[in-house]
Amino acid sequence: MTNLMKSLGLALALAGAMAGTALAQPSEVRIGVALEPPILDPTAGAAEAIDIVVYQNIFEGLTRIDQNGEVQPGLAREWTISPDQLTYTFKLAEGVTFHDGTAFDAEDVKFTFERILAEDSVNAHKEFFTPITAMTVIDPLTVEMTLDHVVGRFLFDLGRGDAVIVAPESADNNANEPIGTGPFAFVQWNKGSRVVLEAYGPYWGEPVHLSKATYVFISDTSTMTNALLAGDVDGTNNFATEALGVFEGNPQYQILVGTTEGETILGTNNRKPPFDNLKVRQAMAHALDRQAIIDGATYGYGTPIGAPFAPHNPYYVDLTGTYPHDVEKAKALLAEAGFPDGFSATLKLPPVAYARLSGQIIASQFAEVGIKLELINMEFAQWLDEVYTNNDFDLTIISHVEPFDIGNYANPDYYFGYDNPQFQALITELNGTTDEARRKELAVEAQTILANDAVNGYLFELAQTGVWNAKLTGMWQNSPIEGLVLRDIRWTE
Amino acid sequence: MIVFALRRTLGFAATLLLAALAIFFLLDLLPGDPAQFILGISATPEKLAVLRTQLGLDAPAHERFVGWVWGMLQGDFGTSYTQQAPVAGLIWERLAVTLPLAGLAMILSVLVGLPLGIIAARWRGKGVDTSIMVLAQMGVAVPSFWFGMLLTLLFAVALRWLPPGGFTPWSENPLLALRGLVLPSIALALPQASILARVMRTALVDVRGQDFIRTARAKGLTMGEAIWRHGVRNALLPVLTILGLQLAILITGTIIVENVFYLPGLGRLIFTAIGERDLVLVRGATIILVLAVTATMLLTDIAYALVDPRLRERSPS
Amino acid sequence: MRRVLAHPSLAIGLAATLLFAALGLLSLAWTPYPIEQIVIPRRFLGPSPEHWLGTDHLGRDMASLVMSGTLTSFVVAALAVAIGAGVGVPLGLAAAAWGGPVEWLVLRLSDFVFAFPAIVVAILITTLVGPGASNAVVAIGIFNIPVFARVARGGALSVATLDFVAAGRLAGLGNAAVAFQHLLPNIMSLLIVQGTIQLSLGILSEAGLSYVGLGTQPPDTSLGLMLRDAQSLFLLHPWLTLVPGLCIVLIVIALNIAGDGLRDAIDPRLRQSETNVTA
Repeated sequence: MTNLMKSLGLALALAGAMAGTALAQPSEVRIGVALEPPILDPTAGAAEAIDIVVYQNIFEGLTRIDQNGEVQPGLAREWTISPDQLTYTFKLAEGVTFHDGTAFDAEDVKFTFERILAEDSVNAHKEFFTPITAMTVIDPLTVEMTLDHVVGRFLFDLGRGDAVIVAPESADNNANEPIGTGPFAFVQWNKGSRVVLEAYGPYWGEPVHLSKATYVFISDTSTMTNALLAGDVDGTNNFATEALGVFEGNPQYQILVGTTEGETILGTNNRKPPFDNLKVRQAMAHALDRQAIIDGATYGYGTPIGAPFAPHNPYYVDLTGTYPHDVEKAKALLAEAGFPDGFSATLKLPPVAYARLSGQIIASQFAEVGIKLELINMEFAQWLDEVYTNNDFDLTIISHVEPFDIGNYANPDYYFGYDNPQFQALITELNGTTDEARRKELAVEAQTILANDAVNGYLFELAQTGVWNAKLTGMWQNSPIEGLVLRDIRWTE
Repeated sequence: MIVFALRRTLGFAATLLLAALAIFFLLDLLPGDPAQFILGISATPEKLAVLRTQLGLDAPAHERFVGWVWGMLQGDFGTSYTQQAPVAGLIWERLAVTLPLAGLAMILSVLVGLPLGIIAARWRGKGVDTSIMVLAQMGVAVPSFWFGMLLTLLFAVALRWLPPGGFTPWSENPLLALRGLVLPSIALALPQASILARVMRTALVDVRGQDFIRTARAKGLTMGEAIWRHGVRNALLPVLTILGLQLAILITGTIIVENVFYLPGLGRLIFTAIGERDLVLVRGATIILVLAVTATMLLTDIAYALVDPRLRERSPS
Repeated sequence: MRRVLAHPSLAIGLAATLLFAALGLLSLAWTPYPIEQIVIPRRFLGPSPEHWLGTDHLGRDMASLVMSGTLTSFVVAALAVAIGAGVGVPLGLAAAAWGGPVEWLVLRLSDFVFAFPAIVVAILITTLVGPGASNAVVAIGIFNIPVFARVARGGALSVATLDFVAAGRLAGLGNAAVAFQHLLPNIMSLLIVQGTIQLSLGILSEAGLSYVGLGTQPPDTSLGLMLRDAQSLFLLHPWLTLVPGLCIVLIVIALNIAGDGLRDAIDPRLRQSETNVTA
């Protein structure tokens, strides 16, 4: 026993002595992120957590989306579009190699999209690329794609994580050992705790500032807070708003508040009575007090929305006044709809803080107009199964995080079951239109229809609230696409 | 003795088989589809069908059960659905955290609990005894995760002596790895040390009045010497049973503490894997936990029977 | 009553336990504010004459939450003890009375349950039927079964050789009759003491399960759920963590002191059963 005691004492003493050496070197960065990706191949899974680690860091696409949401040249340095907007010709970058040393050329592009479109493909966004009918390799650095109809946002879709270029030699192993052309190469993945990336020396583009980046997976807010305070991580892209106060006014940290593409809605099953009744949906819209929800669930960091559309989008129109908070009006509408005493319904909540908190607050607000909500908390897998796939729900709360996803409302089979032919025609026209002014007109009309129909309860746009070491710069303030791009991040001293 | 050991080993195998059956078929009942989880909210029926075939979810349940058990007997735990890597390797990585954590907590609770129990028994009824017993009373009453939060606040955030959570792999830096386990093992050890102190004290107080202590006293030993030379050895028997139980509890009890300190241990692996419907991984990890606990209990029983032959008659309660 | 007063620890423990239980029961009829009343503008208030223990992150009254949460914690733990004793005691008695294969089976079953990681079972139940306090009851209750089975069997074996049991057998009583007429009454005190211990462990387990999101769900509340809600706000509003945490500690201490006192009061020889604390 004395030996044990001695060796333990020694270990503790040594451990104490090591405490000072744990600080990161200035060209390295340690980033805390909430969710660990299940795999690291962005072309084989939908999890946002995958893109956070690999998008534009390990993998690159033909185009890339910048921090303003604009399309920039990626592996395709320039392109020409035929007058009928059906043929795209891409000129590829020269001297590009994958991290395993193999060269990149037009054949890799062809391989990538053939893999996405293959019969047994499990790409999460295959549908964006099904318009591609032919791909021709003209020379090793030129590739041509032909579409069967005009796709207004094709260049944007090519910049998504789902369309990054992979090599036939390594694609099958990308789930656990990702090999791309990006500025950072994969080093190791300790499951359950972190992923390590290192700057790739022979990178073809502008050299990056960091030599090493470590993603540390911490889902628990208090652990993340402690890790930031103790300097165990140098920053996080999206910190829980309830605890931001810990870092406010502390000169060692900077808080970056930006926008995301996440419209949070009270998802309503439009197929199911009483929610198929417009008056009931309008009553619910009047019963919602957005400001209380935003204060309570996001600590004031959300932006109110009146339609499922991002407020920073140039096509946005403010419709938050369509059905203002008005308890009496809500009661009157319920009575008109045949529910003078209200009704009972369930509210199924996925395991995210904004949903759980909003749910409790909305239940208390609905109780005031006579609608009794039963809260049902569920795991994400169960939510996907019951709510999303089998449409077995009354109400739910979820954030739709993909850019420009208003088109979901044109799909009558989508989980909230909104079937409006007029709206569907509008979206078809919008997708085939490339003229900016006309596109804006159509988008505004679409938002107005959805606001008036009160398809869902439109709550707020999620904010991105990053907390970073004050000496770091180059982080994206906004999140126009899923990812955490390391390219410009550097230490200022 | 050999008959006893054989009988217990048979029981051990029966328990394991029962556990394997329960784990497999209970998990089959879970709502939620692994393929759906992997593909997320953009899944289409065709993509789901393709992925389900790829994951081997189409075969009937009994075939998959036999395949699973047969594979495990050969050391093959299958391939994780979501992580697309061999389950055995994933579990091994996590055991490298959970086992040292449970072991460290065990050592700490013995090092703290037993001496305190001996001191309390030696000065029974005195102030020191009362203080130790009050501390032990509080030790069992404090939820380990709450205690963990308080420890983090003091040692990680205020003093910055130890990391607030997370883990450095052993292969990279064993000392940093050990540092990461210090606070969680203290949080885990507190209730166990309190229990050990109480058990040790009770056992010693019981043997105090017995003949061999009186004999020893008659031979001229002081009470302290008598307790140390004769009492402690005899009191170790009940302590040994408790130790076996505690190790089992520590191995499974790490789950909540792993959550507080964000340690990549087996418990958290199971926790996230169920959420992601990675059933192959959940099954493998759970059966390993069950194996660890049953093996510990088997060894405790056999060790106990070796020490105390009376117990071979009926298996110990 | 005299026996209770003769053991000060029993008196103190029982009084404290009853005080908390009474506060919890009172919440059924009256709380200072309705617990589901969410008023965002009045959140994070400190203790004041209006809100004795302040308000939480949703502006709910902490004193009301503590009262209601205490009730949930007690009810969950008590029902879990009822499940454990209801199933475990007959099993343990059967093992002692019949012996042989019955005993072997009971012991294997209890090994099996014991070997199963409690929290994994809780996760499984939760994913099967959704989270909630009733699942916590079942998950904790299942693990009380082998504890009571072992205690009942151990206690029964120690009295099974006594004269009156032998007399009963001679009088032609069957195993079941012996078990229920002779063995059960004689191990009652043992079971009550174990029940107290399991009650305090149940309150800790409920807190742990709710803390990882598997137990009580809003708008209901429990002490563990209050801790979970408060943990990310720990550095900003430590009060919200301290109140439910201290309540748990006090309740568990009260129960343990009462259990210790009960053991001394009923039969000093039973102190050895302290070894059951961990089981």
